[in-house]
Amino acid sequence: MAMLEVKNIEVCYGMIRAIKNISFEINKGEIVALIGANGAGKTTTLHTVSGLLKPTTGQVLFNGKDISKIPAHKIVTMGMAHVPEGRRVFQQLSVLDNLKLGAYTRTDKKEIAENLKRVYEHFPRLAERKHQIAGTLSGGEQQMLAMGRALMSNPDIILMDEPSMGLSPLLVKEIFTIIEELHKAGTTILLVEQNAKMALSVANRAYVLETGSIAMSGDAKEMLNNDDIKKAYLGQ
Amino acid sequence: MITLIDGLSLGSIYALIALGYTMVYGIAKMLNFAHGDIIMVGAYAIMVTLAATVSPIAAIIAAIVICTILGILVEKLAYKPLRGASPLAVLITAIGVSYFLQGLAQLVFGSQPKPVGSAWKLPAIKAINDIGITTSAAVTLICGIIIMVALTLFIKYTKTGSAMLAVSEDRGAAILMGVNVNKIISITFAIGSALAAFAGMFYLFQIPNTEPTLGAMPGITAFTAAVIGGIGSIPGAMVGGVLLGVIEKFCLASPLAPYTVAIKFSLLIVILLVKPTGLLGKVVREKV
Ligand SMILES: Nc1ncnc2c1ncn2[C@@H]1O[C@H](COP(=O)(O)OP(=O)(O)OP(=O)(O)O)[C@@H](O)[C@H]1O
Ligand SMILES: [Mg+2]
Repeated sequence: MAMLEVKNIEVCYGMIRAIKNISFEINKGEIVALIGANGAGKTTTLHTVSGLLKPTTGQVLFNGKDISKIPAHKIVTMGMAHVPEGRRVFQQLSVLDNLKLGAYTRTDKKEIAENLKRVYEHFPRLAERKHQIAGTLSGGEQQMLAMGRALMSNPDIILMDEPSMGLSPLLVKEIFTIIEELHKAGTTILLVEQNAKMALSVANRAYVLETGSIAMSGDAKEMLNNDDIKKAYLGQ
Repeated sequence: MITLIDGLSLGSIYALIALGYTMVYGIAKMLNFAHGDIIMVGAYAIMVTLAATVSPIAAIIAAIVICTILGILVEKLAYKPLRGASPLAVLITAIGVSYFLQGLAQLVFGSQPKPVGSAWKLPAIKAINDIGITTSAAVTLICGIIIMVALTLFIKYTKTGSAMLAVSEDRGAAILMGVNVNKIISITFAIGSALAAFAGMFYLFQIPNTEPTLGAMPGITAFTAAVIGGIGSIPGAMVGGVLLGVIEKFCLASPLAPYTVAIKFSLLIVILLVKPTGLLGKVVREKV
């Protein structure tokens, strides 16, 4: 059974149909990339998976349970974390307070402390800056904080929306190294990216989204060598 | 000096009320124009309980409990169904709730001012009364400070407090942390209304009469204070409230006394012209 199974969802903003009947799935332990041009519907898809948006038709099955009608804040407790587009860390709060909010739904104090230690190991820079106000962090550090915050809920699956957006090539590399580390540690990841090359090189499988529909899917490494993909998304 | 203490004391009443406006605005993104009327309900609660029990302590507890429950109920019944509706619809509803509460009070208690009861009296404290400071000013100021410090600590150091800040900054991101926004909004209305009950209590120490429109003037002044301080900002509400209280008392003590109200509200215009976000307000970006 797939850990996450999206079945024939359609998502609308008022009269606009942003997602037209798409289906995909992610198995435990996989990194699956969702790539596509601006406005293809990647963010809309992630919002629908994590419950911020509700599909007009279709289902989202998480560990076999239909979560498409469950409020987003309850889905978090079921083991899903979402690193939103544009990071959206709480600007006025300290790094530590942001991380603590990541563990908002948990009550197991000891495990939270251990989790915090693990996050600091992944992101030593957050440890150095734990009392700094998040709004004063650099873009890359804010991305690390957004990822660390998501990890604080100890999720089974993480949805990441364009973690490389606006970062220098060096930092993009760093972020992707961390994504691979998380993957090795057993986290299942749904990765949305504009940076198709990086995304395909870390992913196991990928789906290509075009104006609200899935245009292609398959093995990520094969896609890296696919001529259509090269032309449309890799700029080659 | 005496005028300053009186001003600070009146200012802390305004600040307590302004906190209710600003917290609700920050977290629920709405102007709760019925907030002032919660004070009035608190005042009647004190009057009725005093008549029944002659115990000021019982009256204080009754006012806090009734206002808190009323705040939660108003939000659940009147505002929650409008979540996501246009801000104008919510504003009109809030004005409707305000008239409803005033009308209800008029129906039950009549439109004439009523004395709150002779048991509502603070003891004389000779040491300060002799230098011209009334007991009510001293009690109001000290309690006001304690309540505001407690609120600040609550927001800063509790999980619920962080969640409140998170919701006010970015509701969507807060939901992704697992925060139940409806619950946080409910808690915010509860806290705001409890603060209004305290404000009503202190107000009655200064003017021991209740009437259905009692909440209107302190309500609108405190709202002005919240905007001056920067609506949505908790320290801003405190600063704005205290500032207006002090200005009011100094005006009343000067030849400008007849123009006090005009001066208070023109301050709003001046500050908004110079700094449109209010003294401690931040520019907010809209997010999904
Ligand atoms: N709140 C909204 N109201 C109306 N239309 C929206 C809204 N959000 C997104 N859309 C539309 O839905 C479509 C998909 O948008 P979405 O944000 O999911 O794209 P995306 O693939 O994430 O793009 P990008 O790579 O630029 O982030 C776009 O046409 C967009 O204009
Ligand atoms: Mg997007």
